[in-house]
Amino acid sequence: MATHPAQGDAGPKAGGRRPGSGDGRSAVRTSWLWRLRHSLFTSQLRDFADNKVALVASIVFFAIVVLALVAPVITPQNPHDLTQIDIMDSRLAPGAEGWGGQTYLLGTDTQGRDMFSAILYGLRISLFVAVASGAIALTIGLSAGLTAAYFGGAVDALIMRIVDIQLSFPAILIALVMLAVMGKGVDKVIYALVFVQWAYYARTIRSAAITERQKEYLEAAQCLALSHRQIVFSHLLPNCLPPVIVVATMQIASAIAIEATLSFLGLGLPVTQPSLGLLIANGFSLMMSGEYWVSVFPGVALLITIMSVNLMGDQLRDVLNPRNQR
Amino acid sequence: MSAFIVRRLMQAVLVLLVMSMLVFFGIYAVGDPIQILINPDAPQAEIDRARAALGLDLPLLEQYWLFLKNALQGDLGISFVYNEPAIELILQRFPATLELALVALVFAILLGVPLGIYAGLYPDRASSKAIMAGSILGFSVPTFWIGLMLILLFAVELGWLPATGRGQTAEIFGIETSLATVDGWSHIVLPAFNLALFQIALAIRMSRASMREVLGQEYIKFARAKGLAARRINWVYAFRNTLIPLITVLGLEFGSILAFSVVTETIFAWPGMGKLIIDSINLLDRPVVVAYVLVTAMIFVIINLLVDLSYAALDPRFRTASRG
Repeated sequence: MATHPAQGDAGPKAGGRRPGSGDGRSAVRTSWLWRLRHSLFTSQLRDFADNKVALVASIVFFAIVVLALVAPVITPQNPHDLTQIDIMDSRLAPGAEGWGGQTYLLGTDTQGRDMFSAILYGLRISLFVAVASGAIALTIGLSAGLTAAYFGGAVDALIMRIVDIQLSFPAILIALVMLAVMGKGVDKVIYALVFVQWAYYARTIRSAAITERQKEYLEAAQCLALSHRQIVFSHLLPNCLPPVIVVATMQIASAIAIEATLSFLGLGLPVTQPSLGLLIANGFSLMMSGEYWVSVFPGVALLITIMSVNLMGDQLRDVLNPRNQR
Repeated sequence: MSAFIVRRLMQAVLVLLVMSMLVFFGIYAVGDPIQILINPDAPQAEIDRARAALGLDLPLLEQYWLFLKNALQGDLGISFVYNEPAIELILQRFPATLELALVALVFAILLGVPLGIYAGLYPDRASSKAIMAGSILGFSVPTFWIGLMLILLFAVELGWLPATGRGQTAEIFGIETSLATVDGWSHIVLPAFNLALFQIALAIRMSRASMREVLGQEYIKFARAKGLAARRINWVYAFRNTLIPLITVLGLEFGSILAFSVVTETIFAWPGMGKLIIDSINLLDRPVVVAYVLVTAMIFVIINLLVDLSYAALDPRFRTASRG
């Protein structure tokens, strides 16, 4: 342990920034790609593709993403455009024919909105919120976690204490309180989700980085007097990515679920941006009178989305875990 | 050990203080409660009088200081809507929430742990694989949606169980609970199961994983080599050592159950704290929101402290490490 220069408080000084090394740029690029390719995209990817569950889950997930992206092209109506909705067609059962002769595959809601269209548009919003918040939280969490792991000492203690305290409160509760204070809105839901998610990334990347920090290749990098930036971004970070990828898939799934739950409670997205959770909430009162489809179908869409992401993450974890490698 | 407890208590106080600041300043930065309380067409003099009566004319820091002083004396403000002390409103509803959460936790342990231990002991059986697939489903199903589906199936379609409310309560040992009556049980089964779903899945995965891990250890191999009976190895040597992570996680999950009861209570119209907070947020009843956050933060701080202490009590390595 003591042989490693980056250990403990002596780390930053011992591995300190040296002048020069202007030739690092292109070397960084190649080594980044090289490492990524060799750490992720060869044997592990083959393992991943060999696993039928993982393969089916990924296909389903990408199909959902594509459907959400092309929703405006393939849906029979734009459910947000009031001129395209016919109130005469309200509360029609799945497969029923509407006033204008069109068939509503999954029925309509109280406004006469086609549920199939509404679900695909809802998916767009749900996925956007989850991916946007995930990307921001990932960036913040990675920075915080790497900083903590690389510098150690008091910086590490401070960041990880904040992370620990935050993680001792359930995400749904923090998000709920934040939205209670801030009010509804797409941007506010994203803030709340970023706030509850960054700590998971920070913790994951820190523990991965601390394990990596003790390895010889990092010692070698430090002996070469590379700058902090080069060591962190071209050596440390790529090797810490596998667990982060697993956590990211799980966090995306959880972000979708949290957003849906908050919107269902009437605290998340505004009525003008109906995500899947809001669609389910709209159908809640109808359900008691047996008009199940308004709640059930958006829920099925939500379930399939979350499940496919979770299954992908589950298999990724098995594949990327070095302990499981044969 | 005592140094550890003191450190933890100091941290707990700090967390509560920071929480109170964030919520207090956050909620007062967003808008002026006077606009909700008073008709905006009222004369300015009347608005000013109401503002002064509520102490809202003071500088923000002074308001916070007053709030903090009152909070330390157990006064978290008067609800705008019910015109009762906010803390009393919350405490009145706390038993219902606690009861729901406890029943859910019991469901999670009684269903999740045995299934997970089984899947850990016999990982290659088809039934184990089915259990694991089911647990992924339990993780993925959004709680609120499965609640709706439970209502649709058991209340609307089959008519077996009531969909909403707490039902008849009676006293056991002086505590008002719905567990004392058949009607109460019929009301609590659906929401408690709904609330427990995630933790059932978690208990399955946790107990399976720790069982698998423990079974691969050297001392188990040694016990096998000594020729001990499989039952003794499984239950005395392995199961006991899976308990530490299980207790920690399920203890922490009790907090999560309490948090998610917000969702379940809203769906099943269960008259607990969770339903109160959602109603209060929608009615912009700020004192109740602030009081709810502080009470919940307090509950979480206590839960985390208890989990840490039980961890220290169960794992001797942890005890010696924290002494230093």
